[in-house]
Amino acid sequence: MSTHTITITVNGSAESHTVPAHMTLLDMLRDTLGLTGTKNGCSAGECGACTVLLNGEPVNSCMVLAVEADGAEVFTVEGLAGMGRQGDKGTRGQGHQETLHPLQQAFIDEGAVQCGFCTPGMLISAYALLQRNPTPNEDDIRAALLGNLCRCTGYTRIVQAIQKTAQTAGHETHSTKQEAGSKKEGGR
Amino acid sequence: MTTKSVGQSTPRVDAYDKVIGTAQFTDDLQFGPALLYGRVLRSPHPHALIKRVDATKALALPGVKAVVTGDDTPGTIGLYLKDRHIFCRDRVRYVGDPVAGVVATSEEIAEQACQLIEVEYEELPAVLDPLAAMQPDAPLLHPELGQYEVVPFILPQPGTNISNLFKVRKGDVEATWPQCNAVVEATYRVPHIQHTPLEPHVAVARWDPSGEVTLWSSTQSPFAQRDLIAQSLGISQGNMRVIGTYVGGGFGSKAGVSMEALAVVMAKKVPGRPVKVRMTREEEFFCTFVRQGLVAKVKIGGNQAGKILALQVEYYWDAGAYTEYGVNITRASGYSSTGPYVIPNVHTDSYCLYTNHPVGGPMRGFGMPEIHWSIEQSVDRLAEALGVDKVQFRLSNCVRGGDEIVTGMIMHPTGMSQCIRKAADAIDWDQREPPSASHKRRGKGFAACWKAPAMPPDASSEAWIRFNEDGSVSVGVSGQELGQGVHTVATQMAAEALGVPVNWVHIAYPIDTRYSPYEWQTVASRITWSMGNAIRAAAQDARQQIFATVGQYWRENPQDLDIVDGEIVSYRSKRSIPLQQVSINGLTLPDGTWVGGPVLGRGSFMPSYVTDLDAETGQGKRAVVHYTVGCQAVDLEVDPATGQIEILKLVAVYDVGKAINPEQVQAQMEGGVVQGLSSALLEELQLEDGRPGNACLMDYRIATAVDTPRQIVGHIVEVPQDDGPWGARGIGEHPMIATAPAIANALYDALGVQFNDMPLTGEKVYLALEEREG
Repeated sequence: MSTHTITITVNGSAESHTVPAHMTLLDMLRDTLGLTGTKNGCSAGECGACTVLLNGEPVNSCMVLAVEADGAEVFTVEGLAGMGRQGDKGTRGQGHQETLHPLQQAFIDEGAVQCGFCTPGMLISAYALLQRNPTPNEDDIRAALLGNLCRCTGYTRIVQAIQKTAQTAGHETHSTKQEAGSKKEGGR
Repeated sequence: MTTKSVGQSTPRVDAYDKVIGTAQFTDDLQFGPALLYGRVLRSPHPHALIKRVDATKALALPGVKAVVTGDDTPGTIGLYLKDRHIFCRDRVRYVGDPVAGVVATSEEIAEQACQLIEVEYEELPAVLDPLAAMQPDAPLLHPELGQYEVVPFILPQPGTNISNLFKVRKGDVEATWPQCNAVVEATYRVPHIQHTPLEPHVAVARWDPSGEVTLWSSTQSPFAQRDLIAQSLGISQGNMRVIGTYVGGGFGSKAGVSMEALAVVMAKKVPGRPVKVRMTREEEFFCTFVRQGLVAKVKIGGNQAGKILALQVEYYWDAGAYTEYGVNITRASGYSSTGPYVIPNVHTDSYCLYTNHPVGGPMRGFGMPEIHWSIEQSVDRLAEALGVDKVQFRLSNCVRGGDEIVTGMIMHPTGMSQCIRKAADAIDWDQREPPSASHKRRGKGFAACWKAPAMPPDASSEAWIRFNEDGSVSVGVSGQELGQGVHTVATQMAAEALGVPVNWVHIAYPIDTRYSPYEWQTVASRITWSMGNAIRAAAQDARQQIFATVGQYWRENPQDLDIVDGEIVSYRSKRSIPLQQVSINGLTLPDGTWVGGPVLGRGSFMPSYVTDLDAETGQGKRAVVHYTVGCQAVDLEVDPATGQIEILKLVAVYDVGKAINPEQVQAQMEGGVVQGLSSALLEELQLEDGRPGNACLMDYRIATAVDTPRQIVGHIVEVPQDDGPWGARGIGEHPMIATAPAIANALYDALGVQFNDMPLTGEKVYLALEEREG
């Protein structure tokens, strides 16, 4: 079994790893880098739970070999939230540590999360959509999620969360730019 | 009663971890370099005898640590009827039946070794249809049926393929048919479908040299797994520990034991080392559970006054090779066989049949979506035959509080008729809008439903409540978080019952049978209700301890004390003291001694009032704890040129007694109707000679974001449940039940064609129209 040393930039951080030739990008993320936020639902590119950005494009990471990602930039759900920044701590609440991306906050606010297994892939697909089309209509959103299966929510609230994120972002670009420090509570 | 936390749409407490990717599912847990992997060799035949298993070559493969076979699993296993060995011993009964397992240093090596195991089979004739299973000369799948251990309320028929038969004999249907002004009769078929949770089944087991066994699994049933696996392997439940973290969707497929015991048996061969077994998506489709197939024969009659007078049904359940839950689905469909209607004369035979198909398990609705497919279409056709409006017909016959229902039980207060009226309003039942193009057809359909938690009469829940130094609260429950939001409602109910702000409450997680309170299983839409009652009891217990302490400290009667927003207050002396001063540390009395100490509230709930039913008539005092009722209405358009159906609007109205979290109830309704819609339009596990033909997500389609309707409208009715916490009853499964028949009835409205068989694919609709045109 041959191995290869590759360099890969994951969520902005460049790392070198020696991986077996047949290892998928998904397995590398989960088993080598410990980034288990990205999920494996089918190993066949059919469910979208393993969606990550590869050089800015959404891909099923179970269908990409790790060696194919040599020199590439990979972005996962763990990259969405700013790591290490202090969020609000409730008096006795769970003291969330991270500032959420507006999509993540919208998924919470709109009730777009149930079991949560499709959520990381959904968020990445939604993020990619808003990158290429900041003002999608409902058809655009539903089409962009075609490769991401969800068995719990019926999709309605996921679509609403993405619509709300796009509308809020549109508002902010058109009106006076809001101050950078968000006042949003972390989750509750 | 005014409430502060209960009834509020509190955001989900698990959502934060799930959106940042840190929520841990079983496959995310880290086990270090000691971890081994297991793979399973499965039967390629639907029915065969195992003549010989030779693992010599597999064991010689480098990296292989152990091979297990049926020789390692002499004990049987099963929830209601112990009809299965963990690995097959002398016979395989479906394509996918586990024959041997390999433990190796990687999944690839384990898989490779599986292919090196030589198995000699003697093929047997297979039973591939439930009606064929009924034939007197049908091959027997379980000649040992009479020897299996079984619970008292399940009635296997030794010498046949019938693993349970549930009968209702009420009134006299034969004498009633002549009094009917119209009688309609039809046979309906529901195929096997698969739950398709996004997270495949996964289990990790470690068998320590001391005899202690730990199982980490994606499960709805940590305690049932502990009990059933321990029984089967002949170990003490005290030595068996099951740890259950977040479940990535269950829908019944992760209830009871399906594949988890395989990992435990494999781990026994490699003491001290964890063994991980993951189902592939392909295995997921036919090696865990599928929804049972059903052939339903329905005859129903009514009079010109618009009353249903008689119902005769025969349910033939295609339960597959083993019946973890099938025998009780058969029973539940029997005691609920009228649907939500009061019918004086009922004759029901509900058969659970062994076939050489994948194992039939519970799936969202537990038989109710399948039987309502036949009941609700039959009720629709009967209304038409009698010339009565279909909504009015349902209102005239639906169950109301105080009615005697099919089993002789007296119905509790229920909002069935309110649900029907609200749904009719929301869909504008009396209006028929034109289709979007002249060649298309448009129609509206209606379906009502009911479902009771189907469980052993004494299925119970336990909860505990502890406090931290700052007064925050840890709540121990073992209702499993499958996505339905159990942690959030548990938080709300605990906060309400204690008198603290909702954000003071933490759920103790993951479930660990060594430390967590008992919970029968997270199934049957019973958790909010049953666990909620246990939480209330635990909160009451904690409050009494706190009031005793503070009462002594203040020299007041504990009955004058309360907890409001985390402060202990006296209504008599108007004094108050923060909860955090009492929750762990003691209080000093004037003489310098102390009172108090850590508070641990405990509570449990077990319904004590469900009674047995007569084996010949299905009659008894109280068949079930309660029924959740509801109904759905559909407005759809169909293109006769392609047979494609577009759902324009879907309305769901359910009586949940009390919505603990209204937004979560809405979310259950949305998700449930879409799963119902998916089953109605798309889903069928294709089995040819017992072999699955579409065991992947490309060929077995489930609804995508594009397939789902833009307009899903949910309404909540609240007629309180007398034995429910704050009046609540369950809602998890129910939104799936009425969807498919409502769509079929709307299609009938649009086309005038009845479709007896699910799913309503474009091809099926197109061909039916072609046939009608001749």
